[in-house]
Amino acid sequence: MNTTTDQRGQELTAPKVQFKGIRDGILVTFGEGTWPELREALFQLLEEQGEFLRGARLALDVGSNILRAAELGSLRDTLSDRGMGLWAVLSSSPTTESTAQTLGLATRISKPKPQERTRPTNDPSIQGGEGGILVRRTIRSGFSLHHPGHIIVIGDVNPGAEITAGGDVIVWGRLRGTVHAGAEGDENCVVCALDMSPTHLRISGHIYTVPQRRGKPMPETVRLQGGQFVFEQWNPKSKELSDGSKTLWMKPKNKKST
Amino acid sequence: MVAKVITVTSGKGGVGKTTATANLAAALAAEGYKVVCIDADIGLRNLDVVLGLENRIVYDIVDAIEGRCRLRQAMIRDKRLPELFLIPAAQTRDKSAVTPSDMVRLCDEIRPEFDYILIDSPAGIERGFRNAIAPADIAVVITNPEVSAVRDADRIIGLIEAEEKGPARLIINRIRPDLVRRGEMLNTDDVLELLAIELIGIVPDDENVVTSTNQGSPVALNGKSRAGQAFRNIARRLAGDKVPFMELENHNGLFGRLARLIRPGGA
Repeated sequence: MNTTTDQRGQELTAPKVQFKGIRDGILVTFGEGTWPELREALFQLLEEQGEFLRGARLALDVGSNILRAAELGSLRDTLSDRGMGLWAVLSSSPTTESTAQTLGLATRISKPKPQERTRPTNDPSIQGGEGGILVRRTIRSGFSLHHPGHIIVIGDVNPGAEITAGGDVIVWGRLRGTVHAGAEGDENCVVCALDMSPTHLRISGHIYTVPQRRGKPMPETVRLQGGQFVFEQWNPKSKELSDGSKTLWMKPKNKKST
Repeated sequence: MVAKVITVTSGKGGVGKTTATANLAAALAAEGYKVVCIDADIGLRNLDVVLGLENRIVYDIVDAIEGRCRLRQAMIRDKRLPELFLIPAAQTRDKSAVTPSDMVRLCDEIRPEFDYILIDSPAGIERGFRNAIAPADIAVVITNPEVSAVRDADRIIGLIEAEEKGPARLIINRIRPDLVRRGEMLNTDDVLELLAIELIGIVPDDENVVTSTNQGSPVALNGKSRAGQAFRNIARRLAGDKVPFMELENHNGLFGRLARLIRPGGA
């Protein structure tokens, strides 16, 4: 996906950089050329239209260009100097993609590419559409991760880190940062973690400040039930349910929401 | 001889970056390596004072970068260790007087002549930190066993990874075994659990550090100081030796010796 042509016939002039409004901000696509040229063209355009774009969230589709972390980092800094946030980098290069993930940037925008779309199903527990991102590293203090879909982290989320997801948040590790699931108002979202001790937990519009560690860390799921936060601990001793099926989750404990 | 560039950084101020840089440099030089330390804290220079070389500064790093002198002229030879040099920071300028590429260029220029180049990073995560980390081969993060220092160290480790200078190595500075034993201070495991990087040294809190800093003589040159011993061990680990971590508890009294008999290895 190197050149996304604009319907209004702008491809005739073959501009190096194009802006396109999408639901989550502005998608920047690049034309033909080497990366330094394209970057130069982007900066020039930002110079001209900087005021208009102030405060915008940009997603960059860099095509097959290979971008290293230093490069991507300085690009993000340049953009933030101009009051623009870089939240996603799309690329067909796996190197660039993993670099973007390293920097805590999304690598998919909400509309998944057609080949990734899951088959429509009637089962409400299988969700397609929004998609999710998988982050295989520890999110350290000062990094924030925003995604309109689900976020799965394999690694820890340290204090001072921030995760905001439109959907569910799953942390295969210690969750000790700030987490917000269902950021767009979905009260059915859940947060799961192997060690649930976030500094601050939000689901939709409800806020919960988790008290100090209660005993040994246990895998837990948090959901909202009638405006209250409900914590369910994972118990390796499975229990029989009345319908004969087994559950690995202990009886929910009600917790007051703040 | 191609020097390894080691950047000492922390995020938070006051945890002992400058002290550690001065001591590691002195310890490496005492081992016979040719070492230069660079003070990257432009505008708030300290390393010269800790090394006791402040009255010998004629030219500084900014003079060298802006071409008012040759780099050689900005290098000050230590009075005790002939293998130790300092490139001092400018006091009348600020961090913006130097760019990360200036630092890379400067380090590349002196790399062939030295074994180690130690860079003392300023506190913070802005330009000064980026200047200091740009030429680094090894990043050493210093933290204190305090929640705030550990949080900042976590941030800085993330930034080091983002700059592709990782994995960083960790020094825990100013630990107090008595407080740790009573559970009133974070212990090594608590810090390591959060930061999850390689630990290369634990430095106990030691009054000698204050005295020697004021005298401008690095504590690593003081054979009796425990902090000095810790810094000498870290220097040897950086040089590639395998050195066991020293015992933090002071087992000098009768009870201490009894305790050591009962649990060898100590705390």
